Amino acid sequence: METSPVGQDHVSVAPIREKAIGLRKRRSLSFGGLIYFVLPALFFYLFVVIVPSIRGSVYAFTDWDGLAQDFKFVGFSNFIGAFNTKQSHHAIVVTLIIAVAVTVLQNFVGLLLALGVNSRIKSRNFLRVLFFTPVVMSPVVVAYVWQFLLSPNGPVNSIVSFLSAGNLRPSWLGDPNLALASIIIVIIWQFAGFSMVIFLAGLQRIPDEVLEAAQVDGATPFRILRYITFPLLAPALTINLMLSMIGGLKVFDQAWVLTGGGPSGKTDTVSTIIFRNAFQYGEFGSSIALALILTVAIALISIIQYRPLLKREFKS
Amino acid sequence: MKRYTWKTFILEGGMLFAGLIFVIPFYILVNLSIKDPREQSSSLVPASSPEFDNYTDAWTKAELGHAMLTSIIITSISVALIVLISVMAAYPLARMGTKLTNRTYWLFLCGLLIPFQLGLIPMYQTMRDLNLLGSIWSLIIVYVGLQMPFSIFLYCGFIRVLPREYEEAAWVDGASHFLTFWKVVFPLLRPITSTVLILNVIFIWNDFLSPLLYLSGTSNLTIPLTLFNFVGQWVSDWPLVFAGLVISTIPILALFFSLQKSVMNGFAGGVKG
Repeated sequence: METSPVGQDHVSVAPIREKAIGLRKRRSLSFGGLIYFVLPALFFYLFVVIVPSIRGSVYAFTDWDGLAQDFKFVGFSNFIGAFNTKQSHHAIVVTLIIAVAVTVLQNFVGLLLALGVNSRIKSRNFLRVLFFTPVVMSPVVVAYVWQFLLSPNGPVNSIVSFLSAGNLRPSWLGDPNLALASIIIVIIWQFAGFSMVIFLAGLQRIPDEVLEAAQVDGATPFRILRYITFPLLAPALTINLMLSMIGGLKVFDQAWVLTGGGPSGKTDTVSTIIFRNAFQYGEFGSSIALALILTVAIALISIIQYRPLLKREFKS
Repeated sequence: MKRYTWKTFILEGGMLFAGLIFVIPFYILVNLSIKDPREQSSSLVPASSPEFDNYTDAWTKAELGHAMLTSIIITSISVALIVLISVMAAYPLARMGTKLTNRTYWLFLCGLLIPFQLGLIPMYQTMRDLNLLGSIWSLIIVYVGLQMPFSIFLYCGFIRVLPREYEEAAWVDGASHFLTFWKVVFPLLRPITSTVLILNVIFIWNDFLSPLLYLSGTSNLTIPLTLFNFVGQWVSDWPLVFAGLVISTIPILALFFSLQKSVMNGFAGGVKG
């Protein structure tokens, strides 16, 4: 409260202050006109995501061919076809193998890298950048580099052949099993740095005092890792597991570029089948049925990831 | 834990070995790209007489200049629109707290759960009906729509913990909604704006499937699509192909190396929300 040399002045000051407060209250409450700011975002979102997704979900139950204006409902026959056709059945299995292998291995490698660069080693800043560099590159570029590295007379085979005294010269991209392994290796090489960065953020949030206290109490490095670091890394691990699983289920670029789904469709994934069936063979119904299966799988995993967030949103 | 012991030294050795596995592909990529195609030595042996003919060849044969321009135009227009439109939407969604805005925010969040494969085919059909196939605008519209949920999600999270005092001060001084938002709120959002920018630039610049779908067979090819066609044509000529790969990766690597910290923090923070 400001003091005034003359007592009566208080009388004239008070109404002005009250008026100012009243003005402030009234104005700060009115966000009213701002609601229109949402409209452009809503338009693009409905046009690109919601409407096509709803249409896609409906088409999955029809015999729509992508061109004709009319179509009739065929129940679940597209889905039955997706599971019964050898080609798409195989693609579902391949996609699951990729998703699980990538989830396990990428996180394992990412965690080791994160623990390594979170230590006192001198090269830690350099290595962080190095391990992360592939993440920002186009999967197409990375896949071509590896296509050369893994080619029959490429550098990888020079090393393998040297180590096996010339006995081994595997056909990395020509043998179905090795081709699948190659796709997984390439994905891990590119995205291990991504998992590393998320683990690293988790590691850096663990307070130094906790680790020091454990050390003072005589805990071995292994026990510190087992009983302090890992439990406190749980949130980072959850995020990493979900993201790599979703990425694995959607995989397209690496398979399309590295093997083109070959040899003879043995490394086709759900996404490459969707693309091939729809845009090269014009089989839209079965494509969309596969897309819907993929959607349900991904939505289920995403719900687990966003569960804390969704809970909060539901409450409000 | 704070000192550099012999254990740290062993760890350093192990990590540098892991680093070597990451460096070798880059080394081979660059080494092969400066080699004379007639040189018969292994790709691991350094080029005896480095030359840049592969680079000029790749640049002209793949029309990389044109591709780069197309990629720059598509990425910059898309990202500018994404930032502008998503921040405008996020502000009232984060601040108003009415039933309507909460439900709208919830609708946007649903987008985080829907993979784009589901709407891919119907969207393609719509673009075909609108005669937009082959136009960069089809791609820009798709990117803006696809990236709304995630960008709005990031902005809302940030705005919610932003103190209201600044806005109220501007408000009391009689600034309009638009002026308060543009002159006071938007500058305060700079940290999250840079995250939204970086994540979207990298995603759009590298994206392969959407350009493959919407731009194939036209003259407006983005970098990944151009490389895909180029390698299909020159697959046996690896030095030439690798020169093309190096050229097309330089812009995104330059961005990454100049903003290392923000890029890595953006990826780490962006996914956590």
